[in-house]
Amino acid sequence: MTLDEAIYNQLPALQVIVPLIAVPLVAMMRARHLAWLACTLTSLLSFGIAVVITTELLAGATWQYAMGAWPAPMGIELRIDSFSALLLLIVTGASTLMLLAARVPIAAQIQSIRQPLFYAVWLLTLGGLIGILVSGDAFNIFVFMEISSLATYVLVAAGRDRRALAAVFTYIVMGTIGATFYLVGVGLIYMMTGTLNLADMGVRLEQVADSRPVMAAAAFITVGLALKAALFPLHIWLPNAYTRAPHIVTAFLAACSTKVAIYVLLRFDFLIFQESIPNHALHFAGLLLPLALAAMIVGSWVAMFEDNLKRLLAYSSIAQVGYILLGAGLISTTGLSAAVLHMFNHALIKGVLFLAVACLGVRLVQLRLSELGGVARHMPWTMSAFAAAGLSLIGVPGTAGFVSKWQLIVAALEVGPWGLVPIIAIVTSSLMAVVYIWRIVETTWFAHASTAVASVREAPSWMLVLVWLGVAANVYFGLQPQLPLTLATGAAELLLESCCD
Amino acid sequence: MTDAIQIGLALGLPLLGAVGIGLARRNPNLRETVTLATAFALALAVWSLVPAVQAGLRPELVIAELLPGVQLAFRVEPLGMLFAGLASLLWIFNSIYSIGYMRGNHEAHQTRFYACFAIALSATMGIAFAGNLLTLFLCYEALTLSTYLLVAHKGDPNAVKAARVYLGILLCTSIGFFLPALIWTWQLTGTLDFVPGGLYGEDIPSLTLGLLFVLFVFGTGKAALMPVHRWLPAAMVAPTPVSALLHAVAVVKSGVFVIIKLVVYVFGADNLPAIGTELVIYVAAFTTIAASIVALQQTNLKRLLAYSTVGQLAFIVLAVCALAPLAAPGAALHLVSHAFGKITLFFAAGAIYTASKKTELSQLAGIGYRMPLTMAAFSIGALSMIGMPPTAGFISKWYVLSGALQADNLVVPVTIMASGLLNAAYFLPILYSAWIRRPDEQDQHGEAPWPILIAITATALMTLAFFVYNRPAHGLEVQLFGS
Repeated sequence: MTLDEAIYNQLPALQVIVPLIAVPLVAMMRARHLAWLACTLTSLLSFGIAVVITTELLAGATWQYAMGAWPAPMGIELRIDSFSALLLLIVTGASTLMLLAARVPIAAQIQSIRQPLFYAVWLLTLGGLIGILVSGDAFNIFVFMEISSLATYVLVAAGRDRRALAAVFTYIVMGTIGATFYLVGVGLIYMMTGTLNLADMGVRLEQVADSRPVMAAAAFITVGLALKAALFPLHIWLPNAYTRAPHIVTAFLAACSTKVAIYVLLRFDFLIFQESIPNHALHFAGLLLPLALAAMIVGSWVAMFEDNLKRLLAYSSIAQVGYILLGAGLISTTGLSAAVLHMFNHALIKGVLFLAVACLGVRLVQLRLSELGGVARHMPWTMSAFAAAGLSLIGVPGTAGFVSKWQLIVAALEVGPWGLVPIIAIVTSSLMAVVYIWRIVETTWFAHASTAVASVREAPSWMLVLVWLGVAANVYFGLQPQLPLTLATGAAELLLESCCD
Repeated sequence: MTDAIQIGLALGLPLLGAVGIGLARRNPNLRETVTLATAFALALAVWSLVPAVQAGLRPELVIAELLPGVQLAFRVEPLGMLFAGLASLLWIFNSIYSIGYMRGNHEAHQTRFYACFAIALSATMGIAFAGNLLTLFLCYEALTLSTYLLVAHKGDPNAVKAARVYLGILLCTSIGFFLPALIWTWQLTGTLDFVPGGLYGEDIPSLTLGLLFVLFVFGTGKAALMPVHRWLPAAMVAPTPVSALLHAVAVVKSGVFVIIKLVVYVFGADNLPAIGTELVIYVAAFTTIAASIVALQQTNLKRLLAYSTVGQLAFIVLAVCALAPLAAPGAALHLVSHAFGKITLFFAAGAIYTASKKTELSQLAGIGYRMPLTMAAFSIGALSMIGMPPTAGFISKWYVLSGALQADNLVVPVTIMASGLLNAAYFLPILYSAWIRRPDEQDQHGEAPWPILIAITATALMTLAFFVYNRPAHGLEVQLFGS
């Protein structure tokens, strides 16, 4: 066996281990620039591994890895399919992009002495999120979920803004409730089946199908994860956490944290409970569809009137979670692929939007819309990028957002006459997005400039390069959606494999 | 292969021009040279496609695959050729005019203005050459967005508010109605290509088709059928070159162009759904008359012209929907003749504003003495709107009327007569006041700067020339509709 092959076979393990190993190394560094460099390179390496894994997956390889060569269901199994591969790309890609841009905004928002620790915690979050995605068993998912959540709390509270502490407290309470619910559900399943391996669980649950503990487990797990995913009305932790976190942390979280929770949610509900609970699809849709529709309307509605720029985008994220779960709730290949695709596209969109906000944050302390009048005349490149990503959020053709809305509406049309309800909701919510994005564009370009704004300069050019790279990605995946579309369709087929009908 | 390059040039040249304009921002003379050079090059690229299309070829350019089976593709057919040829030709004169207007009025942000203008032209070419509905929709939205900054050009609260109405109506209609109809079509048929004779199969219920038709027509906000016409008068806050080329030719004609495309290539001229078409016909007839009546009450010259445009657009939609395939060539010709006439009228309005800062009808007494050339051109444009010989408007109305009489259709001839009379009722008083009434002794302004005069003379002459020489345009249309 050559060295190449040896490394190649270890890729799933390396994917999760590389960032985790780097954590203590980065934490021990004293020089903040060195810590940043190490953190960024690690993240970049993770992204590289994710790209190789995805490429191989598309070429037909399957990724199953037994930790320590102990075979599943006894040993720990890592498993990567097209669903997890797409999410790996999102998580590692977003982390890398944000870290590349992080130096200046982090220097502005976090004390220098704390920065090495901050970067270490960032890698811990990244490792946790990756761990959730590659794990093939329910308990490891819980462990990694806790690792990433605890690390996220630290990230959110890392800045100088003391108001972040209150936000983090809510986040901790809600996050812990969510994780506990999940753990209770997993415990119930373990009681009934004696296994924690996801694949094994699916098979064994059939023998105890339609039993009350399994029902209870499904309820606990679905609600717990919906809480982590910030599905309306379980979203209350999200707006404050996003608003108070350091800007670059917000950009990272907005791109990937809720999506990973949705990933676990869909895995459980489609691969495990689908066969073991009669009419599960119906229950799932009956619960999620109304909430998803409500999220789309309520989230966008609040965003239309919100003054704080970051909170506005946070509410928009709540609406976007609605889009994703709407697609999933339609229980069809098109619907699920639309949902998974929108996870990817929304990460691209929100990542760029929050990165543009971080650019603003480098120059301005207050990010209230009422005090941002005319800022675009001083920072035209930043705000043009914001507007371009906003167009993608609205779903203007030629952007990534358009492709996911297209898929969603096609999926809704397949339902028949009832599909009209989601279509009206999608269209209404998109039009509301026009309103809140255009409010920002209009204020920043045309409103009278306040004194605070009058002296600002354009953001650092390196950050602008990265923001515009993100905008270019939005356009690229709007015109060439084959890669995410293929992975999303693969994911949808995988999720529906065990579906009865 | 060379055809593909020409299409690529038609789409790419204006974009390159926009970059060039941005680079030359420090040197206004160089910047305007770039604009003019781009306009000439674009016209050359577009017009060099004409022989191939006349010979029955359909040059194609495929750029990317957007969705499985739907490409970002461009395909030149007669109607698009006509539209692109018209817009690219008029851009040359509009650029000359812009130089006189923007400098004469000391407008700010001129680089942004010229750059956005070039991008808008690229989007217009994309609409004209779009090979399927999705590409068309993409370019349609690009045109909306690129013209937003032109409407909001002044940047004062008034302009921003008007631009908000502009963007709001155009985006809401296109995302709210056009996009769902588009996706529904894809779901029903699995294709979005333009197919002569229509792409819906026999098995689709006529009620569905009717609903789709209504969604498409009202989703095309740029065609300005009532009640989605409000953006057009609002857009008049833009500098006059924008009103002239974009809001009398490129943007509004894109709307009408989309509807003609829908009728010919998506629904099929022979099998328009009865229910939806009927509704559209009555709305269009109502819009034609109502817009003319509203125009009668206007006191501001540009707003009057805007409502006149609303009426004329609805008239084209009416003719296409009611009389396809008989009078459709006439309707498509009206797209051209109205463009020549209306751009002349707007040029004149802008010339008056540049020379004298007058914008209201009541200020125009005796202006013909001060600005004889401008008002002569204005008169030609007004006569063309009314439909009197020897102007372009007469020709297209002639073809539409003859089609209507063949089809035994009464709605169209009655609407033509009524709108012609109403047009006369609001244009003739202006002519009377300009030529017969005595000028105010106090104002001593003369004609507008010479670039404006060149442009205005050229388009006025074209309005006259089209009366005599319209064979190529008509030839293209006959080829399209095969009658």
